[in-house]
Amino acid sequence: MISDQVREIPVVSALVAQLPDAITAGTLRLKELTLEVDPTRIVEVCRFLKEDQKLNRLSAITGVDLYPVEPRFEVIYFLHSMERRGERLRLNCRLHGDNPEIDSVTPVWPGANWYERETFDLFGVRFRNHPNLTRIMMPDDWEGHPLRKDFPIHGHRYSYKDE
Amino acid sequence: MSDSDLNSPTATLDTSPADIEREAQHHRRRMTLNMGPQHPSTHGVLRVLLELDGETVIRAYPDIGFLHTGIEKQCETRTWHQVVPLTDRVDYLANMSNNLVYALAVEKLLNVQDEMPQAVQMMRVLLAELQRINSHCVWLGTHALDIGAMTVFFYCFREREDVLRIFEMFSGQRMMTSYIRPGGLALEPPRGWDKAVRKFIDAFPEKVDEYEDLLDKNPIWLRRTKGVGFVPLQDLIDWGVTGPMIRGAGVPWDIRKDEPYSGYEKYDFRVPTLTENDVWSRYRVRMEEMRQSAKIVKQALDGMPDGPWQLDIPRVTLPDREKMKTQMEALIHHFKIVTEGMKVPAGEAYQAIESPRGEIAYYVVSNGSSHPHRVFMRTPSFGNLQVLPPMVEGKLIADTIASMGSMDFVLGDVDR
Repeated sequence: MISDQVREIPVVSALVAQLPDAITAGTLRLKELTLEVDPTRIVEVCRFLKEDQKLNRLSAITGVDLYPVEPRFEVIYFLHSMERRGERLRLNCRLHGDNPEIDSVTPVWPGANWYERETFDLFGVRFRNHPNLTRIMMPDDWEGHPLRKDFPIHGHRYSYKDE
Repeated sequence: MSDSDLNSPTATLDTSPADIEREAQHHRRRMTLNMGPQHPSTHGVLRVLLELDGETVIRAYPDIGFLHTGIEKQCETRTWHQVVPLTDRVDYLANMSNNLVYALAVEKLLNVQDEMPQAVQMMRVLLAELQRINSHCVWLGTHALDIGAMTVFFYCFREREDVLRIFEMFSGQRMMTSYIRPGGLALEPPRGWDKAVRKFIDAFPEKVDEYEDLLDKNPIWLRRTKGVGFVPLQDLIDWGVTGPMIRGAGVPWDIRKDEPYSGYEKYDFRVPTLTENDVWSRYRVRMEEMRQSAKIVKQALDGMPDGPWQLDIPRVTLPDREKMKTQMEALIHHFKIVTEGMKVPAGEAYQAIESPRGEIAYYVVSNGSSHPHRVFMRTPSFGNLQVLPPMVEGKLIADTIASMGSMDFVLGDVDR
Protein backbone atom coordinates (compact mmCIF):
# COMPACT_ATOMS: atom_id res chain seq x y z
CA MET A 1 0.00 0.00 0.00
CA ILE A 2 1.40 3.35 -0.98
CA SER A 3 -0.32 6.29 0.69
CA ASP A 4 -1.15 9.38 -1.37
CA GLN A 5 1.30 11.43 0.62
CA VAL A 6 4.14 9.11 -0.37
CA ARG A 7 2.89 8.78 -3.96
CA GLU A 8 3.26 12.54 -4.44
CA ILE A 9 7.00 12.48 -3.77
CA PRO A 10 8.66 12.94 -7.21
CA VAL A 11 10.98 9.93 -6.91
CA VAL A 12 8.12 7.62 -5.97
CA SER A 13 5.77 8.86 -8.69
CA ALA A 14 8.49 8.48 -11.32
CA LEU A 15 9.30 4.99 -10.07
CA VAL A 16 5.65 3.91 -10.03
CA ALA A 17 5.15 5.28 -13.55
CA GLN A 18 8.22 3.45 -14.88
CA LEU A 19 7.99 0.13 -13.01
CA PRO A 20 4.38 -0.14 -11.81
CA ASP A 21 4.51 -3.56 -10.10
CA ALA A 22 7.95 -3.32 -8.52
CA ILE A 23 6.93 -1.24 -5.51
CA THR A 24 4.62 -2.99 -3.08
CA ALA A 25 4.50 -0.45 -0.27
CA GLY A 26 5.87 2.89 0.76
CA THR A 27 6.05 4.69 4.09
CA LEU A 28 7.28 8.04 5.30
CA ARG A 29 8.14 7.86 8.98
CA LEU A 30 10.41 10.18 10.98
CA LYS A 31 10.97 12.05 7.68
CA GLU A 32 12.57 8.92 6.22
CA LEU A 33 11.20 7.42 3.03
CA THR A 34 11.12 3.63 2.77
CA LEU A 35 9.90 1.71 -0.25
CA GLU A 36 9.19 -1.99 -0.18
CA VAL A 37 10.45 -3.55 -3.39
CA ASP A 38 9.62 -6.86 -5.04
CA PRO A 39 12.90 -8.82 -4.53
CA THR A 40 12.91 -10.10 -8.12
CA ARG A 41 12.96 -6.54 -9.50
CA ILE A 42 15.63 -5.01 -7.27
CA VAL A 43 18.28 -4.57 -9.96
CA GLU A 44 15.86 -2.82 -12.34
CA VAL A 45 14.69 -0.52 -9.56
CA CYS A 46 18.24 0.34 -8.50
CA ARG A 47 19.35 0.97 -12.05
CA PHE A 48 16.40 3.27 -12.70
CA LEU A 49 16.95 5.18 -9.46
CA LYS A 50 20.65 5.57 -10.15
CA GLU A 51 20.51 6.53 -13.79
CA ASP A 52 17.21 8.41 -14.01
CA GLN A 53 16.54 9.73 -10.54
CA LYS A 54 20.09 10.79 -9.61
CA LEU A 55 20.13 8.69 -6.46
CA ASN A 56 23.65 7.93 -7.55
CA ARG A 57 25.36 6.70 -4.40
CA LEU A 58 24.77 3.47 -2.52
CA SER A 59 25.46 4.20 1.11
CA ALA A 60 25.15 0.68 2.46
CA ILE A 61 23.32 -2.65 2.29
CA THR A 62 22.37 -4.63 5.33
CA GLY A 63 19.89 -7.14 6.64
CA VAL A 64 17.41 -7.43 9.48
CA ASP A 65 16.17 -10.74 10.84
CA LEU A 66 12.52 -10.69 11.92
CA TYR A 67 12.49 -14.29 13.17
CA PRO A 68 10.00 -15.98 13.75
CA VAL A 69 7.89 -13.87 11.37
CA GLU A 70 7.89 -15.02 7.75
CA PRO A 71 9.17 -13.79 5.34
CA ARG A 72 11.85 -13.34 7.92
CA PHE A 73 14.67 -11.42 6.23
CA GLU A 74 14.73 -7.80 5.24
CA VAL A 75 17.51 -6.72 2.90
CA ILE A 76 17.83 -2.97 3.12
CA TYR A 77 19.49 -0.65 0.61
CA PHE A 78 20.40 2.87 1.71
CA LEU A 79 20.49 5.20 -1.29
CA HIS A 80 21.72 8.75 -1.35
CA SER A 81 21.82 11.49 -3.95
CA MET A 82 25.09 13.37 -4.39
CA GLU A 83 23.37 15.87 -6.70
CA ARG A 84 20.24 16.70 -4.72
CA ARG A 85 22.14 17.05 -1.49
CA GLY A 86 20.75 15.32 1.53
CA GLU A 87 18.10 13.30 -0.30
CA ARG A 88 17.98 9.74 0.93
CA LEU A 89 15.84 6.72 0.14
CA ARG A 90 15.64 3.29 1.70
CA LEU A 91 14.66 0.18 -0.24
CA ASN A 92 13.44 -2.82 1.61
CA CYS A 93 13.15 -6.37 0.21
CA ARG A 94 11.50 -9.16 2.20
CA LEU A 95 12.93 -12.66 1.72
CA HIS A 96 11.61 -16.00 2.87
CA GLY A 97 13.73 -17.89 5.39
CA ASP A 98 13.84 -21.21 3.46
CA ASN A 99 16.13 -20.07 0.69
CA PRO A 100 16.91 -16.38 1.02
CA GLU A 101 18.22 -15.34 -2.39
CA ILE A 102 18.25 -12.03 -4.21
CA ASP A 103 20.01 -10.58 -7.25
CA SER A 104 23.23 -8.74 -6.62
CA VAL A 105 23.34 -5.01 -7.40
CA THR A 106 27.11 -5.06 -8.03
CA PRO A 107 26.51 -4.46 -11.78
CA VAL A 108 24.90 -1.14 -10.79
CA TRP A 109 27.27 -0.12 -8.00
CA PRO A 110 30.62 -1.92 -7.65
CA GLY A 111 30.66 -0.65 -4.06
CA ALA A 112 27.84 -3.07 -3.20
CA ASN A 113 30.43 -5.86 -3.27
CA TRP A 114 31.54 -5.89 0.37
CA TYR A 115 28.15 -4.96 1.77
CA GLU A 116 26.58 -7.95 0.03
CA ARG A 117 29.38 -10.20 1.22
CA GLU A 118 28.83 -8.95 4.75
CA THR A 119 25.07 -9.55 4.55
CA PHE A 120 25.73 -13.04 3.18
CA ASP A 121 28.25 -13.76 5.92
CA LEU A 122 26.20 -12.54 8.86
CA PHE A 123 22.64 -13.36 7.69
CA GLY A 124 23.07 -16.11 5.10
CA VAL A 125 21.29 -14.22 2.34
CA ARG A 126 22.69 -15.36 -1.02
CA PHE A 127 23.26 -12.76 -3.73
CA ARG A 128 22.96 -14.15 -7.25
CA ASN A 129 25.60 -13.04 -9.79
CA HIS A 130 27.88 -11.68 -7.11
CA PRO A 131 31.51 -11.79 -8.33
CA ASN A 132 32.95 -13.22 -5.10
CA LEU A 133 30.34 -14.29 -2.57
CA THR A 134 32.57 -15.51 0.27
CA ARG A 135 32.66 -14.81 3.98
CA ILE A 136 34.19 -11.47 4.83
CA MET A 137 34.04 -11.10 8.63
CA MET A 138 33.95 -14.68 9.92
CA PRO A 139 36.53 -17.41 9.12
CA ASP A 140 35.89 -19.27 5.86
CA ASP A 141 34.88 -22.52 7.56
CA TRP A 142 32.54 -20.94 10.12
CA GLU A 143 29.19 -22.64 10.48
CA GLY A 144 26.04 -20.57 10.74
CA HIS A 145 25.32 -16.91 10.31
CA PRO A 146 25.86 -14.91 13.51
CA LEU A 147 23.38 -12.08 13.11
CA ARG A 148 20.44 -14.43 12.70
CA LYS A 149 18.21 -14.28 15.72
CA ASP A 150 18.39 -18.05 16.21
CA PHE A 151 22.20 -18.00 16.38
CA PRO A 152 23.31 -18.39 20.02
CA ILE A 153 25.11 -15.56 21.77
CA HIS A 154 27.04 -17.82 24.13
CA GLY A 155 28.41 -21.32 23.94
CA HIS A 156 29.33 -21.50 20.29
CA ARG A 157 32.32 -23.80 19.86
CA TYR A 158 34.82 -23.24 17.15
CA SER A 159 38.19 -24.84 16.56
CA TYR A 160 40.56 -22.94 14.30
CA LYS A 161 41.59 -25.14 11.40
CA ASP A 162 45.24 -24.11 11.53
CA GLU A 163 45.69 -25.08 15.17
CA MET B 1 62.16 -24.72 -17.23
CA SER B 2 60.86 -26.41 -14.15
CA ASP B 3 62.25 -26.08 -10.64
CA SER B 4 64.02 -29.44 -10.85
CA ASP B 5 65.86 -28.30 -14.00
CA LEU B 6 67.22 -25.29 -12.17
CA ASN B 7 68.42 -27.42 -9.32
CA SER B 8 70.14 -29.94 -11.51
CA PRO B 9 73.93 -29.48 -11.76
CA THR B 10 73.94 -29.06 -15.56
CA ALA B 11 71.84 -25.94 -15.37
CA THR B 12 74.33 -24.20 -13.13
CA LEU B 13 77.66 -25.54 -14.48
CA ASP B 14 77.04 -25.25 -18.17
CA THR B 15 75.06 -22.04 -18.73
CA SER B 16 74.39 -20.70 -22.20
CA PRO B 17 72.91 -17.21 -22.83
CA ALA B 18 69.61 -18.90 -23.56
CA ASP B 19 69.71 -20.54 -20.16
CA ILE B 20 70.36 -17.21 -18.47
CA GLU B 21 67.47 -15.67 -20.32
CA ARG B 22 65.25 -18.56 -19.34
CA GLU B 23 66.38 -18.28 -15.75
CA ALA B 24 65.65 -14.56 -15.76
CA GLN B 25 62.16 -15.33 -17.10
CA HIS B 26 61.77 -17.88 -14.35
CA HIS B 27 62.61 -15.35 -11.66
CA ARG B 28 60.41 -12.69 -13.23
CA ARG B 29 57.44 -14.83 -12.48
CA ARG B 30 54.75 -12.96 -10.61
CA MET B 31 55.24 -12.99 -6.90
CA THR B 32 52.45 -13.10 -4.35
CA LEU B 33 53.20 -11.03 -1.29
CA ASN B 34 51.31 -11.00 1.96
CA MET B 35 51.21 -7.49 3.30
CA GLY B 36 49.98 -7.74 6.85
CA PRO B 37 48.09 -8.66 8.96
CA GLN B 38 50.95 -7.39 11.11
CA HIS B 39 52.49 -4.87 8.74
CA PRO B 40 53.03 -1.51 10.51
CA SER B 41 51.63 0.60 7.68
CA THR B 42 48.28 -1.17 7.72
CA HIS B 43 47.61 0.40 11.13
CA GLY B 44 45.88 -2.56 12.61
CA VAL B 45 45.22 -6.02 11.33
CA LEU B 46 44.55 -5.67 7.64
CA ARG B 47 45.94 -8.26 5.26
CA VAL B 48 46.45 -7.27 1.66
CA LEU B 49 47.36 -9.97 -0.81
CA LEU B 50 49.51 -8.35 -3.46
CA GLU B 51 50.42 -9.94 -6.75
CA LEU B 52 53.60 -8.31 -7.95
CA ASP B 53 55.51 -8.12 -11.19
CA GLY B 54 58.80 -6.70 -10.02
CA GLU B 55 57.80 -3.61 -8.11
CA THR B 56 54.47 -3.17 -9.87
CA VAL B 57 51.27 -4.26 -8.18
CA ILE B 58 49.22 -6.36 -10.60
CA ARG B 59 46.41 -7.27 -8.25
CA ALA B 60 45.54 -6.29 -4.70
CA TYR B 61 43.06 -8.20 -2.56
CA PRO B 62 42.26 -6.76 0.88
CA ASP B 63 41.35 -9.45 3.40
CA ILE B 64 39.51 -8.05 6.41
CA GLY B 65 37.72 -9.46 9.43
CA PHE B 66 40.63 -10.08 11.78
CA LEU B 67 39.22 -7.59 14.26
CA HIS B 68 35.58 -8.66 13.96
CA THR B 69 34.14 -8.76 17.46
CA GLY B 70 30.45 -9.00 16.63
CA ILE B 71 29.60 -5.60 18.09
CA GLU B 72 26.32 -5.48 16.17
CA LYS B 73 25.29 -8.83 17.68
CA GLN B 74 26.33 -7.69 21.16
CA CYS B 75 24.19 -4.56 20.81
CA GLU B 76 21.11 -6.74 20.53
CA THR B 77 21.72 -8.20 23.99
CA ARG B 78 22.19 -4.84 25.74
CA THR B 79 19.69 -2.21 26.83
CA TRP B 80 19.58 0.99 24.83
CA HIS B 81 21.87 2.80 27.26
CA GLN B 82 24.29 -0.11 27.58
CA VAL B 83 25.05 0.06 23.86
CA VAL B 84 26.90 3.39 24.30
CA PRO B 85 30.22 1.88 25.52
CA LEU B 86 30.18 -0.52 22.56
CA THR B 87 29.97 2.38 20.10
CA ASP B 88 33.26 3.76 21.48
CA ARG B 89 35.01 0.60 20.45
CA VAL B 90 33.87 0.68 16.84
CA ASP B 91 36.12 3.53 15.72
CA TYR B 92 38.55 3.99 18.55
CA LEU B 93 39.93 7.21 17.08
CA ALA B 94 36.51 8.84 16.80
CA ASN B 95 34.64 7.81 19.96
CA MET B 96 32.74 11.06 20.33
CA SER B 97 31.47 10.84 16.75
CA ASN B 98 30.26 7.31 17.34
CA ASN B 99 28.62 8.24 20.64
CA LEU B 100 26.98 11.19 18.94
CA VAL B 101 25.56 9.32 15.98
CA TYR B 102 24.11 6.60 18.20
CA ALA B 103 22.59 9.18 20.55
CA LEU B 104 21.07 11.06 17.61
CA ALA B 105 19.62 7.90 16.09
CA VAL B 106 17.99 6.83 19.36
CA GLU B 107 16.70 10.34 20.01
CA LYS B 108 15.16 10.32 16.55
CA LEU B 109 13.26 7.14 17.43
CA LEU B 110 12.21 8.62 20.79
CA ASN B 111 11.19 11.78 18.93
CA VAL B 112 12.88 14.05 21.48
CA GLN B 113 15.50 15.64 19.23
CA ASP B 114 13.70 18.98 19.11
CA GLU B 115 13.63 19.29 22.88
CA MET B 116 17.38 18.92 23.30
CA PRO B 117 18.78 21.82 25.37
CA GLN B 118 20.98 24.30 23.53
CA ALA B 119 23.92 23.67 25.85
CA VAL B 120 23.89 19.94 25.10
CA GLN B 121 23.84 20.53 21.36
CA MET B 122 26.72 23.00 21.47
CA MET B 123 28.79 20.81 23.75
CA ARG B 124 28.25 17.87 21.40
CA VAL B 125 29.47 19.94 18.46
CA LEU B 126 32.48 21.12 20.46
CA LEU B 127 33.46 17.59 21.45
CA ALA B 128 32.87 16.16 17.97
CA GLU B 129 35.15 18.80 16.47
CA LEU B 130 37.86 18.24 19.09
CA GLN B 131 37.57 14.58 18.13
CA ARG B 132 38.12 15.48 14.48
CA ILE B 133 41.27 17.39 15.41
CA ASN B 134 42.44 14.43 17.50
CA SER B 135 41.78 11.92 14.72
CA HIS B 136 43.41 14.04 12.01
CA CYS B 137 46.49 14.50 14.24
CA VAL B 138 46.85 10.74 14.58
CA TRP B 139 46.32 10.32 10.86
CA LEU B 140 48.88 12.95 9.89
CA GLY B 141 51.50 11.67 12.31
CA THR B 142 51.23 8.04 11.24
CA HIS B 143 50.80 8.80 7.54
CA ALA B 144 53.94 10.97 7.54
CA LEU B 145 55.77 8.27 9.46
CA ASP B 146 54.82 5.71 6.82
CA ILE B 147 56.20 7.92 4.08
CA GLY B 148 59.37 8.64 6.01
CA ALA B 149 58.91 11.96 7.79
CA MET B 150 59.40 11.06 11.40
CA THR B 151 59.34 14.43 13.19
CA VAL B 152 55.73 15.19 12.28
CA PHE B 153 54.64 12.21 14.33
CA PHE B 154 56.00 13.72 17.56
CA TYR B 155 54.48 17.12 16.85
CA CYS B 156 51.05 15.64 16.11
CA PHE B 157 50.99 13.39 19.13
CA ARG B 158 51.87 16.36 21.33
CA GLU B 159 48.58 18.04 20.34
CA ARG B 160 46.68 14.79 20.41
CA GLU B 161 47.76 14.37 24.02
CA ASP B 162 46.25 17.77 24.84
CA VAL B 163 42.90 16.72 23.35
CA LEU B 164 43.01 13.42 25.23
CA ARG B 165 43.64 15.31 28.48
CA ILE B 166 40.56 17.43 27.79
CA PHE B 167 38.52 14.26 27.14
CA GLU B 168 39.85 12.76 30.35
CA MET B 169 38.77 15.87 32.19
CA PHE B 170 35.24 15.53 30.83
CA SER B 171 34.63 11.82 31.07
CA GLY B 172 37.42 10.29 33.17
CA GLN B 173 38.59 8.35 30.10
CA ARG B 174 41.11 9.27 27.47
CA MET B 175 39.74 7.21 24.61
CA MET B 176 36.63 5.21 25.50
CA THR B 177 34.72 8.27 26.59
CA SER B 178 31.03 7.18 26.39
CA TYR B 179 30.31 10.82 27.15
CA ILE B 180 27.55 11.65 24.66
CA ARG B 181 24.50 9.55 25.47
CA PRO B 182 20.89 9.33 24.35
CA GLY B 183 19.19 12.14 26.26
CA GLY B 184 22.16 14.45 26.66
CA LEU B 185 25.60 14.15 28.19
CA ALA B 186 26.79 11.60 30.74
CA LEU B 187 27.91 14.16 33.31
CA GLU B 188 27.92 17.85 33.88
CA PRO B 189 31.13 19.29 32.37
CA PRO B 190 33.88 19.61 35.01
CA ARG B 191 34.85 22.90 36.58
CA GLY B 192 37.43 24.77 34.50
CA TRP B 193 36.70 22.87 31.25
CA ASP B 194 36.29 26.11 29.31
CA LYS B 195 39.75 27.36 30.30
CA ALA B 196 41.36 24.10 29.24
CA VAL B 197 39.59 24.08 25.87
CA ARG B 198 40.34 27.76 25.26
CA LYS B 199 44.02 27.33 26.04
CA PHE B 200 44.24 24.46 23.56
CA ILE B 201 42.20 26.00 20.79
CA ASP B 202 43.93 29.39 20.91
CA ALA B 203 47.28 27.72 20.39
CA PHE B 204 46.17 25.08 17.88
CA PRO B 205 46.05 26.98 14.54
CA GLU B 206 49.73 27.84 14.95
CA LYS B 207 50.47 24.17 15.49
CA VAL B 208 48.89 23.36 12.12
CA ASP B 209 51.25 25.91 10.59
CA GLU B 210 54.10 24.05 12.23
CA TYR B 211 53.04 20.76 10.63
CA GLU B 212 52.83 22.46 7.28
CA ASP B 213 56.27 23.98 7.69
CA LEU B 214 57.60 20.47 8.08
CA LEU B 215 55.82 19.03 5.06
CA ASP B 216 54.61 21.53 2.48
CA LYS B 217 58.01 22.23 0.96
CA ASN B 218 59.64 18.94 1.77
CA PRO B 219 60.69 17.54 -1.64
CA ILE B 220 60.48 13.92 -0.47
CA TRP B 221 56.95 14.45 0.86
CA LEU B 222 55.89 16.16 -2.37
CA ARG B 223 57.26 13.39 -4.59
CA ARG B 224 55.71 10.68 -2.46
CA THR B 225 52.25 12.31 -2.46
CA LYS B 226 51.65 14.33 -5.65
CA GLY B 227 49.87 12.37 -8.36
CA VAL B 228 49.84 9.21 -6.24
CA GLY B 229 46.69 7.26 -5.46
CA PHE B 230 44.51 8.70 -8.21
CA VAL B 231 41.10 7.15 -8.88
CA PRO B 232 38.59 8.79 -11.27
CA LEU B 233 35.85 10.67 -9.44
CA GLN B 234 33.03 8.59 -10.96
CA ASP B 235 34.69 5.44 -9.61
CA LEU B 236 34.98 6.97 -6.16
CA ILE B 237 31.23 7.68 -6.17
CA ASP B 238 30.35 4.23 -7.50
CA TRP B 239 32.49 2.59 -4.82
CA GLY B 240 30.70 4.61 -2.15
CA VAL B 241 33.68 6.63 -0.91
CA THR B 242 32.95 9.41 1.58
CA GLY B 243 34.66 12.07 3.65
CA PRO B 244 37.98 13.81 2.96
CA MET B 245 38.68 11.39 0.09
CA ILE B 246 35.71 12.60 -1.93
CA ARG B 247 36.36 16.24 -0.97
CA GLY B 248 39.92 15.80 -2.18
CA ALA B 249 38.38 14.90 -5.55
CA GLY B 250 36.43 18.14 -5.80
CA VAL B 251 32.99 17.25 -4.41
CA PRO B 252 32.03 19.68 -1.61
CA TRP B 253 29.88 17.07 0.12
CA ASP B 254 29.86 17.34 3.87
CA ILE B 255 26.95 16.04 5.96
CA ARG B 256 27.47 18.89 8.43
CA LYS B 257 26.38 21.27 5.65
CA ASP B 258 23.93 19.13 3.65
CA GLU B 259 21.98 17.46 6.44
CA PRO B 260 22.85 19.55 9.51
CA TYR B 261 22.48 17.88 12.90
CA SER B 262 23.04 19.26 16.43
CA GLY B 263 22.75 22.81 15.11
CA TYR B 264 25.68 22.76 12.66
CA GLU B 265 23.77 25.17 10.43
CA LYS B 266 24.46 27.94 12.95
CA TYR B 267 28.24 27.75 12.71
CA ASP B 268 30.38 29.61 10.26
CA PHE B 269 32.80 27.23 8.58
CA ARG B 270 33.95 26.27 5.12
CA VAL B 271 34.11 22.84 3.44
CA PRO B 272 37.59 22.62 1.91
CA THR B 273 37.84 20.90 -1.46
CA LEU B 274 40.59 20.28 -3.98
CA THR B 275 40.36 18.70 -7.40
CA GLU B 276 43.72 16.92 -7.72
CA ASN B 277 42.30 13.69 -6.29
CA ASP B 278 45.60 12.29 -5.05
CA VAL B 279 47.34 11.67 -1.74
CA TRP B 280 48.48 15.29 -1.68
CA SER B 281 44.97 16.75 -2.07
CA ARG B 282 43.63 14.49 0.69
CA TYR B 283 46.44 15.73 2.92
CA ARG B 284 45.63 19.36 2.11
CA VAL B 285 41.89 18.85 2.72
CA ARG B 286 42.50 17.35 6.15
CA MET B 287 44.91 20.11 7.15
CA GLU B 288 42.30 22.72 6.26
CA GLU B 289 39.62 20.72 8.09
CA MET B 290 41.68 20.94 11.27
CA ARG B 291 41.69 24.72 10.98
CA GLN B 292 37.94 24.80 10.31
CA SER B 293 37.30 22.50 13.27
CA ALA B 294 39.29 24.84 15.50
CA LYS B 295 37.08 27.67 14.25
CA ILE B 296 33.90 25.73 15.09
CA VAL B 297 35.20 24.84 18.56
CA LYS B 298 35.90 28.50 19.22
CA GLN B 299 32.39 29.52 18.16
CA ALA B 300 30.82 26.82 20.32
CA LEU B 301 32.98 27.82 23.25
CA ASP B 302 32.12 31.52 22.95
CA GLY B 303 28.39 30.91 22.66
CA MET B 304 28.08 28.14 25.26
CA PRO B 305 25.07 28.71 27.52
CA ASP B 306 24.76 27.26 31.02
CA GLY B 307 23.12 23.83 31.34
CA PRO B 308 20.93 21.82 31.65
CA TRP B 309 23.18 19.05 30.34
CA GLN B 310 20.43 16.47 29.98
CA LEU B 311 16.86 16.20 28.84
CA ASP B 312 14.42 16.29 31.72
CA ILE B 313 12.29 13.42 30.46
CA PRO B 314 11.86 10.69 33.08
CA ARG B 315 11.41 7.84 30.57
CA VAL B 316 14.74 8.66 28.89
CA THR B 317 17.23 10.01 31.40
CA LEU B 318 17.97 9.29 35.03
CA PRO B 319 16.35 11.81 37.37
CA ASP B 320 18.24 14.43 39.28
CA ARG B 321 19.90 13.04 42.43
CA GLU B 322 18.22 15.58 44.66
CA LYS B 323 14.76 14.82 43.25
CA MET B 324 15.37 11.13 43.65
CA LYS B 325 15.82 11.57 47.38
CA THR B 326 12.72 13.70 47.86
CA GLN B 327 10.15 12.56 45.28
CA MET B 328 8.64 9.13 44.98
CA GLU B 329 8.02 9.38 41.20
CA ALA B 330 11.65 10.19 40.56
CA LEU B 331 12.73 7.14 42.53
CA ILE B 332 10.34 4.94 40.56
CA HIS B 333 11.67 6.27 37.24
CA HIS B 334 15.22 5.69 38.38
CA PHE B 335 14.39 2.13 39.40
CA LYS B 336 12.63 1.43 36.09
CA ILE B 337 15.49 2.75 33.95
CA VAL B 338 18.16 0.92 35.92
CA THR B 339 16.40 -2.45 36.15
CA GLU B 340 14.45 -2.60 32.89
CA GLY B 341 16.10 -0.03 30.71
CA MET B 342 14.42 2.68 28.74
CA LYS B 343 11.72 1.65 26.29
CA VAL B 344 12.00 3.00 22.77
CA PRO B 345 8.93 3.16 20.49
CA ALA B 346 8.89 0.58 17.69
CA GLY B 347 10.24 1.76 14.38
CA GLU B 348 13.49 2.30 12.56
CA ALA B 349 15.74 5.31 12.12
CA TYR B 350 18.78 6.05 10.01
CA GLN B 351 21.05 8.81 11.19
CA ALA B 352 24.20 9.91 9.36
CA ILE B 353 26.86 12.32 10.54
CA GLU B 354 30.24 13.45 9.28
CA SER B 355 32.93 11.60 11.19
CA PRO B 356 36.63 12.43 10.66
CA ARG B 357 36.70 9.63 8.09
CA GLY B 358 33.44 10.26 6.25
CA GLU B 359 29.82 9.26 6.50
CA ILE B 360 29.16 7.34 9.68
CA ALA B 361 25.56 6.24 10.03
CA TYR B 362 23.65 4.06 12.45
CA TYR B 363 20.48 2.28 11.45
CA VAL B 364 18.61 1.33 14.60
CA VAL B 365 15.52 -0.87 14.65
CA SER B 366 13.32 -1.06 17.73
CA ASN B 367 10.51 -3.47 18.43
CA GLY B 368 9.29 -1.40 21.35
CA SER B 369 11.26 -3.20 24.03
CA SER B 370 14.17 -2.10 26.18
CA HIS B 371 16.72 -3.72 23.84
CA PRO B 372 17.50 -2.74 20.26
CA HIS B 373 16.26 -5.28 17.71
CA ARG B 374 19.12 -4.40 15.37
CA VAL B 375 21.88 -1.80 15.30
CA PHE B 376 23.60 -1.51 11.95
CA MET B 377 26.71 0.60 11.74
CA ARG B 378 27.54 2.05 8.36
CA THR B 379 31.15 2.86 9.04
CA PRO B 380 33.21 5.09 6.75
CA SER B 381 36.38 2.98 6.81
CA PHE B 382 34.57 -0.11 5.48
CA GLY B 383 33.18 1.82 2.52
CA ASN B 384 36.45 3.62 1.81
CA LEU B 385 38.72 0.59 2.03
CA GLN B 386 36.85 -1.11 -0.85
CA VAL B 387 38.41 1.30 -3.30
CA LEU B 388 41.95 0.11 -2.47
CA PRO B 389 42.34 -2.31 -5.43
CA PRO B 390 41.47 0.25 -8.15
CA MET B 391 43.71 2.75 -6.37
CA VAL B 392 46.89 0.68 -6.21
CA GLU B 393 46.67 -1.80 -9.11
CA GLY B 394 49.15 -1.02 -11.86
CA LYS B 395 51.17 1.31 -9.62
CA LEU B 396 54.38 0.82 -7.66
CA ILE B 397 54.31 -1.08 -4.40
CA ALA B 398 55.78 1.86 -2.47
CA ASP B 399 52.78 3.94 -3.55
CA THR B 400 50.49 1.35 -1.97
CA ILE B 401 51.73 2.52 1.44
CA ALA B 402 51.11 6.17 0.61
CA SER B 403 47.65 5.40 -0.84
CA MET B 404 46.62 3.34 2.15
CA GLY B 405 47.74 6.09 4.49
CA SER B 406 45.71 8.67 2.62
CA MET B 407 42.53 6.63 3.09
CA ASP B 408 42.81 6.98 6.87
CA PHE B 409 41.01 3.79 7.81
CA VAL B 410 40.73 2.36 11.29
CA LEU B 411 40.48 -1.40 11.36
CA GLY B 412 38.10 -1.44 14.30
CA ASP B 413 35.84 0.65 12.14
CA VAL B 414 36.17 -1.74 9.20
CA ASP B 415 35.61 -5.00 11.06
CA ARG B 416 33.35 -3.94 13.94
